[in-house]
Order: sequence, then C-alpha cells, then structure tokens
Amino acid sequence: MTRLFPHPVLSLFLILLWLMLTRFSLGYLLLGTVLSLVAGWAYSALHSPRPRVRRWDVMPRLAWTLFSDIVWSNLTVARLLLTEGRSGRKSAFLRVRLNITNPNALALLAIILTATPGTAWVEYGSDSGILTVHIFNGAEAGHYRHIICDIYEPMLMEIFE
Amino acid sequence: MTALADVPLALAIPIAALVVLGSTLTLIGATGVLRLQSFYDRLHAPTLATSWGTGAIIIASALLFTFIDGRAVVHEFVIGAFIVLTTPVTLMMLGRAALERDRAEGGKAMPEMPEPDPSPDHGPDRGPDRGPNHGRSET
Repeated sequence: MTRLFPHPVLSLFLILLWLMLTRFSLGYLLLGTVLSLVAGWAYSALHSPRPRVRRWDVMPRLAWTLFSDIVWSNLTVARLLLTEGRSGRKSAFLRVRLNITNPNALALLAIILTATPGTAWVEYGSDSGILTVHIFNGAEAGHYRHIICDIYEPMLMEIFE
Repeated sequence: MTALADVPLALAIPIAALVVLGSTLTLIGATGVLRLQSFYDRLHAPTLATSWGTGAIIIASALLFTFIDGRAVVHEFVIGAFIVLTTPVTLMMLGRAALERDRAEGGKAMPEMPEPDPSPDHGPDRGPDRGPNHGRSET
C-alpha cells in the first residue's frame, strides 16, 4: 500500500484538484486517480519522508483561527494604509525564538504569517531557532509575539510534533 | 449579458458587495506600494490583495458562476490556494534579499544578525537553546 500510495494525502488532494478543475464525473475521477498516483511516485522520488500529521483534529481549529486573524488584520492594515502619514505608525522587526523545528510546521507557519497582512517572514536561522518577522505596526509587537508563540506554535506542535 | 440579468437581487447584492470589497482592498494595497517609504513596509501592502482582495473576488465568482451554470463551480478556489501557497516564496525571497543588501551596506534599517545565544529580551519564557545545527541552512 505504501509503495502504491507513497503520499496518500497528496494524491487525494490532487484528485480533488483535478475534479475541481474539470467536472465531477466517473471518467475524470479515474483519469485523476491515475494522474495523482503517478504524481505521488514522482514526488516520493523528490521528497521521500512523508510528513507525519499526528493530530488531524487540530487542523479545523487552526484554519478557523487563521481565517479570523486574516479578516481582522486585513481591516487593521487597510486602516493603517489609509491613515498613512497621520497615524504615526512605525514598523519594526520582531524576533521570536521558536521551539518547532519540523520543516513542515515551519513551512506552514511561513504561509500563515505571509497570508496574514501585517506580518512578513524575513528570516529563520535553523541553527539558532530564531525567527525574524517584520511587522507593519511596531506598536503591536506584543500582540504578534503572543499570536506566534502562544497560539500558532502550540497548534503546529500538536499537529506535527 | 442575458445570463447576468437572470441573477436574483438577493444573490446579486452579496456578489457585488464581495467584488467591491475585494477590489477596494486590492486598491488600498496598491496605493500602499506607492506611498510607503521603506522597502520592508512595502512588503506588507500587497498582502491585502493576496488575502481578502483575492478571497472576496473568488467567492463572488464562485457564487455567480455556480448560479449561472447550475452546477458547483469551485475551481476559483484553486487559484486562491495557489496564491496562498506561492506568495510566501516570493515574499521571503524579497525580504531576505533586502536583508542581505542592508547587512552588506550596513544600513540603519537592518536588524542585527540573530545571535545563537538566547538573550532575556527575546522570548523570556522560551525553552533552552537546542543543538548547534540541524543539518539545514537558514530557511
């Protein structure tokens, strides 16, 4: 089974993607399944260790937190941009020591921080575990540190480590 | 345009609102790119367009074409997924390139190099420092 489906989740997502791009029918389902199997083999040649997700049930909570965060920070950053020059906003670099080392968890954190307006991932040193984030509103540094260390990092740890 | 005339008002209003919301956020982001002074600040402006700017337009498009075609049209969400997955790559590349340049030039906007030793003001309640190297260079 593992040889046939080296990356079952990836293959499943590819089938879903294929069906979304075409239309839902048996023929496309079969074609998509064959394609996703080939893609799974090709991917295992490139990137052999399969990401281990330990807790799938944390994923919806993570998605919801991210969704509400994105809505909130969109409004905040849009307001800051409209009042630019009058609000006295100063951006800052924020450095956070991360406890997660799993590359998949770090990649997901990078996506989260980039997808959320107001934070930009600048640098991560895997030898020091220090993440440098550029934050648009320096006055909110404590808030962002709290979000990264106390909200996202524990969730990512539960999922991957 | 005939198909558009058939869309009921109750559906047309939320669709229009979503399109206006998405394009307004994208416009605000675009003006930010023009107005912001520092390069690092400008990194943030386009994220308005890549998050809800795209998101709202995608939802509106999916709603409208699902109604017009009479079947679930969801492939717009693939666009959204790919934008969310690929934006970090570009942003991280740009951010890191700017950081490297600033360090080389010794500009005042640059942060110091992250030192390997934990200092008390960076994450007071973090755990002890881990091993020296995990086999991967800086991400």
